[in-house]
Amino acid sequence: MKCRTCRGPAIIDLPRHNANFCAEHFLQMCRRQVEKAIHDHQMLNKTDRILVAVSGGKDSLAVWDMLIDLGYQADGLYVALGIGEYSEESRGYTERFADERGLKLTVVSLRDDYGYDIPTASRATGRVPCSACGMSKRHLFDKAAIDGGYDVVVTGHNLDDEAAVLFGNALRWDVEYLARQLPVLPSRHGFPKKVKPLIRLSEREMAAWCVVRGIDYIVDECPIAAGNKHIGFKEALNVLEEKSPGTKASYYLGFLDRMAPVLAGIAASGADSVTPCTRCGAPTGGEEGSVCAFCRLVERSAAHEPVSVELILKKSRSQKRAQSEVAQS
Amino acid sequence: MRVILRNPRREIEIEGRRRVHGLLAELGLPRESHLVIRNGTLVPGDEELDKDDVIEIRPVISGGM
Repeated sequence: MKCRTCRGPAIIDLPRHNANFCAEHFLQMCRRQVEKAIHDHQMLNKTDRILVAVSGGKDSLAVWDMLIDLGYQADGLYVALGIGEYSEESRGYTERFADERGLKLTVVSLRDDYGYDIPTASRATGRVPCSACGMSKRHLFDKAAIDGGYDVVVTGHNLDDEAAVLFGNALRWDVEYLARQLPVLPSRHGFPKKVKPLIRLSEREMAAWCVVRGIDYIVDECPIAAGNKHIGFKEALNVLEEKSPGTKASYYLGFLDRMAPVLAGIAASGADSVTPCTRCGAPTGGEEGSVCAFCRLVERSAAHEPVSVELILKKSRSQKRAQSEVAQS
Repeated sequence: MRVILRNPRREIEIEGRRRVHGLLAELGLPRESHLVIRNGTLVPGDEELDKDDVIEIRPVISGGM
């Protein structure tokens, strides 16, 4: 296989572009896709102070690397979730990445700073772990951005992430979620601006970026997230992608071009009615004088005896076994 | 060749030479959700893998949001 650009030996074949690339021109293609996303959706300016939400995985480290490569000034924020060895390893990858490049990284620890971790929060509140995790991270990224005076929060959501969320929202016809599924959430009511520069690049391309750039990241999946519904949507879309390359890009980018404008009125109508949390001051959708969901989660979780990852995994396995038995009967 | 698989990490031996596409198909692994790496370098689908190669097949799907 030869590189489409220089005819040298290719290192990767990308069926959706009907092309193969050498290392140099693969990186060039990725940079151009990110620059196009940033430009088309007015995500970032070169003078912005950027906070990148980093997890130690391929996407967040790749987007941080790319932004620095493209001349942006970006610091990182890592939230230690307390998911056993997985969290310790992912923190190690993140800290090494920042150290080696002289980048500023802030670490917030759920256990040390707030008195809980994700397994305990899941058990204490009855939320599924991925829900407790997502809610905690969103709150802490918002808080760090506002407190630190950052202009914008960058996340590493890629094309596969967005296509899978779109697929899930469309399966439920959740019109409000569909209307809000945009690559830029503007700053409003005390929430920082949030952007997703990787929406034009696939998960496979992001992993390849890391290999070519020599970025070590945590390859192993979060043990709690393994087998969740979101991964199932990705696998289903990849079956379609293999049969018809370009399906994911046309599905999600076509949604942004042609469907999101149709839903814009719905997104705007649900944008207000926010009050400050009486405990932490963060904006919340509750009534005047209410406590936000994060503060309620902290209160219940910190008062609960610590729960191990193994216990959550054991419960998840027994639930799946029961579901499988029901399905077979 | 020695093939390293992930999630969970394990190793298997494959007899003889294979093209990358053929190896993935034989193992039932979709190309869209995996990278094939030889000595730290990516290898494209039509590359022939030698019987003495050490190959990592790396999954790329992640579930956190």
